[in-house]
Amino acid sequence: MNKYVERIYNGVWKENPSFVQMLGLCPTLAVTTSATNGVGMGLSTTAVLVAANFLVSALRNVIPEKLRLPGEIVVVASLVTIVDMLMEGFTPDLYSALGIYIPLIVVNCIILGRAEAYAMKNPPLISAFDGIGMGLGFTVALIFIGGIRELLGAGTIFGITVTPASYTPISIFILAPGAFFVLSILTALQNKLKAPSATNGSAKKKKKSGCSGDCMSCPSHNA
Amino acid sequence: MVDLLIIAISSALVSNVVLSQFLGICSFVGVSKKVSTSAGMGGAVIFVITIASIVASLIYEFVLAPLGLDWLNTIVFILVIAALVQIVEMFLKKCMVSLYNALGVYLPLITTNCAVLGVALNNVQYEYNFIQSVVNGVGTAVGYTISIVLLAGIREHMEGNDIPYNFQGSPIVLVTAGLMAIAFFGFSGLQLG
Repeated sequence: MNKYVERIYNGVWKENPSFVQMLGLCPTLAVTTSATNGVGMGLSTTAVLVAANFLVSALRNVIPEKLRLPGEIVVVASLVTIVDMLMEGFTPDLYSALGIYIPLIVVNCIILGRAEAYAMKNPPLISAFDGIGMGLGFTVALIFIGGIRELLGAGTIFGITVTPASYTPISIFILAPGAFFVLSILTALQNKLKAPSATNGSAKKKKKSGCSGDCMSCPSHNA
Repeated sequence: MVDLLIIAISSALVSNVVLSQFLGICSFVGVSKKVSTSAGMGGAVIFVITIASIVASLIYEFVLAPLGLDWLNTIVFILVIAALVQIVEMFLKKCMVSLYNALGVYLPLITTNCAVLGVALNNVQYEYNFIQSVVNGVGTAVGYTISIVLLAGIREHMEGNDIPYNFQGSPIVLVTAGLMAIAFFGFSGLQLG
């Protein structure tokens, strides 16, 4: 398989950031009240991820070893600010729906995790493809969770009513507790199907540096 | 005075940072195996969020806002928080050894805790003044501590339970968190002010 296509396959399926690596849980739970929000959050994170991977990789021989993390943070924070302004200008509805979670893309473990684990060691172009793969994997996961919550909680998908009129939406699924329940059922399904996941310890262990991003196998998890 | 009390209660209970705003989920799920460690984490979060909201709100009020640079919020706040955690860690190590021993291991983890950045950004968004920002910060951090200690208590009790295989590990923790979120939902009925 072409190595660029392989990166995308890897991000979407093999090492899916949300389901396999359990990264970036905050936006996964917070903004998935509808499939549309999932698309918005997923694509804006993808944009930051691709650009951050590309820039970090291009700068990897220029940034001194000791300033690695601060350097990465500055790159990511600047990109997030750009995305934030673009969304405020062009998609004001989505911007107000996602609210504080757009600037919080900065602290999404997926982005710093990929910059550390991949972009720091690989050339710019393939790093950008790694970003596309991971970003799409994240987007797919958010649409999936958002779709389930929207269907159960409001009876619609992407705002279009799909359930019969006799169906009473279980509105708790679009409220905060529903996010926990849906993710819980999905991770339980992963256990059932023995799918690789950070939650059941079968996912490949990542090298740890600062926040490895892998919250479930974080050293403090077993403290 | 009353409005400060309202800010404190609503940030600690009504819009609880973890259970209704979903900030700091990683450490909420990750560091809640034992009550003692989660209390340590909660203490460290209270400490860092209080200092971070003081510093961030001072920087916003006296540097960013007067110069019209408020679009730099995100960059400045994350750098300030990262630097602050480092400085706090060094200071505690030198000057307050007992506190360092209690909080030490948790401090580096907090830089990536989105609750800290979330509080700083919320303070700007709600246009809180300096005192309101600090009260909001402390309230949020106390809310975080309450929920992580409660979750750890429940998890300690569940330890000997016979959990179905598929739900072992994080699924059962997420179900627990969901039930706690329902309980905290009750606070939204509070009549404030």
